[in-house]
Amino acid sequence: MKKDRRDFLKLAGCAAVAGVGSSTAFHSLLRGEAEAAGLKRAGTKKDKSGTRLGMVIDIQKFIDNRDLAQRCIRVCHQIHNVPDFGNPKDEIKWLWTDRFEHVFVKDTHYRQAQHLQGMPVLSLCNHCDNPPCVRACPTKATFKKDDGVVGMDYHRCIGCRFCMAACPYGARSFNWRDPRGMDEHGRSFISEINPEYPARTMGVVEKCNFCTERLAVGKIPACVEEAAAAEAMFFGDLNDPDSEVSRVLREKFTIQRRPSLGTYPSVFYII
Amino acid sequence: MIEKALQGSKGYWTWIACLLAVIAIGGMFYVQQWNYGLGVTGMSRDVSWGLYISQFTFLVGVAAGGLMLVLPYYLHNYKEFGRITILGEFMAIAAIIMCLMFIIADLGQPMRALNVLLYPTPQSMLFWDMVVLNGYLALNLVCGWAILHSEYKGVKYANWVKPFIYLSIPWAISIHTVTAFLYAGLPGRDYWLTAILAPRFLASAFAAGPALLLIIALIIERNTLFRVGQVAKDKLVTIISYAAIINFFFLACEFFSAYYSQYPSKMYTKDYLFFGLEKDGNIFNNLVPYMQASVVIGVIGIAMIFYARSRKSDILLGISCALIFLSLWIDKGLGMVLGGFVPNPMGQVTQYYPSIQELGITAAVWATGFLVVTLLYKVAISVKLEKEL
Ligand code: SF4
Ligand code: SF4
Repeated sequence: MKKDRRDFLKLAGCAAVAGVGSSTAFHSLLRGEAEAAGLKRAGTKKDKSGTRLGMVIDIQKFIDNRDLAQRCIRVCHQIHNVPDFGNPKDEIKWLWTDRFEHVFVKDTHYRQAQHLQGMPVLSLCNHCDNPPCVRACPTKATFKKDDGVVGMDYHRCIGCRFCMAACPYGARSFNWRDPRGMDEHGRSFISEINPEYPARTMGVVEKCNFCTERLAVGKIPACVEEAAAAEAMFFGDLNDPDSEVSRVLREKFTIQRRPSLGTYPSVFYII
Repeated sequence: MIEKALQGSKGYWTWIACLLAVIAIGGMFYVQQWNYGLGVTGMSRDVSWGLYISQFTFLVGVAAGGLMLVLPYYLHNYKEFGRITILGEFMAIAAIIMCLMFIIADLGQPMRALNVLLYPTPQSMLFWDMVVLNGYLALNLVCGWAILHSEYKGVKYANWVKPFIYLSIPWAISIHTVTAFLYAGLPGRDYWLTAILAPRFLASAFAAGPALLLIIALIIERNTLFRVGQVAKDKLVTIISYAAIINFFFLACEFFSAYYSQYPSKMYTKDYLFFGLEKDGNIFNNLVPYMQASVVIGVIGIAMIFYARSRKSDILLGISCALIFLSLWIDKGLGMVLGGFVPNPMGQVTQYYPSIQELGITAAVWATGFLVVTLLYKVAISVKLEKEL
């Protein structure tokens, strides 16, 4: 082969690989929003049309109603067939409480308000507007719906757990073993199966779905319903200025979990 | 040609039998994992990837490392590598096979693995990783086999192979770059979220791959009439040592950024891996001895490899390559992946310990890799010796 032809082939090889990777990858990278602190990257526009469902959690109300959080968790896990393995290694959770300083990780904050220390704060999937888990999933088993809910297809998930590595909130759980099984004492991991919602199989990932199956029939999420009497949780369309969540967000000072990561969480907290 | 793999000494067959035994034991553990679920491993909600994915990551590097033999020979016409280039290509094949096996071992639903192809998702780096890994496997199978076959026939390889050889060169870079991108694009995993991850992966790969190859080549030299050649060995020493030094330089850069900036989340994982992380009065340091050893072993290995070259000692050369390989294996095949999960998003620490089943399956995959290497090298060496003697 002549020298110049060989050189050409070398170049062509490089170009082929570079081309394959770049175009699609760059598009998906650029689709991210850079709006932090009101800064906008030139050429990008955040779409405020369409629905973006979101939630506000009033931490103070949960402090006043000590058993409310547990009630919310119980009803969520019951209707969604979330198994209880009784150990932290296999644990699966959609909605749970953690200490305030864990949910809002305190790196260097000195002398934080005393009453918040150790306070149990409800945590769940944030249904991020720019979700890293969706970006990571190689099969679209995790996807974002038109209403902003980050949903999952348990029948498509291959259990690679890339989404778990990608979620910066620890919102995802994996079925390390068969959730429909029982322990050595004959206790079923799911105490009573709710036939209205699919129980998962071993080897797939799961997480809170904002009660998408209830939304479909015009109900609100089960936890929000449970907390309604105490006015501790609010739910609705963040893009609709007249919705209840929008009203609460306008009136109260709220914070989000790790907003600097650019995930745009749709769950807000009133301190 | 393949029949060459079926003729061997007693030692050869004993070695094969040992590998098969390890594979069989691992297979039994895999049946257990299949029935019970990935719960048999030490992985958990917090450390959701373990030994499998870390081995996968390391072995992508070994596969890419073959490039350091292919590139000088084909691109720079460096004739001294003529005898070992094929070994580099065959090692890449074995390494990729191991990678794919580790991925399958790690999947919760291995039967659905093809979903990655059925629902292609270009925004996912895992999709691209699958594309480049399988592509690289195919390229090396085609090139390696075509070249060896022509050697067997005593003719020069056909012209149609050349484009594939040239394509395989940037492709080798791509497999490890994309693998680094699996990690380096995740917000909130600060140990991984660093632009230097891909370059560092490549540097360590270009040391670990050739180091392993040189060890194997030295073993073959002891047992057969095959000779690597002193010039080629010296050149390999240069490649391995420079790549290893660059890897440590990159590591030092990581340390500088973290500790000079005093940026907490950049320091946590490094604390955990290298010094021990204190959290609410507890010290978490189960990986510290390994990571510290990795640095010490690596430095000794680099110093020793230069000495070995000046003394022309094959024994010292083998030992120093083994040290460098071990150092890089600990760094990337252990600390890199496991460390990324500490602390978890809530700032808490869960330490990971692999289970016996996990270790058994991991050993079996490695044994499969060695089996593939053994068979392929047996064929390659036999063909070469036949032609030369
Ligand atoms: S909280 Fe985690 S799982 Fe939920 S949308 Fe965000 S990144 Fe995905
Ligand atoms: S574990 Fe399932 S949902 Fe998560 S990234 Fe893999 S395929 Fe997607």
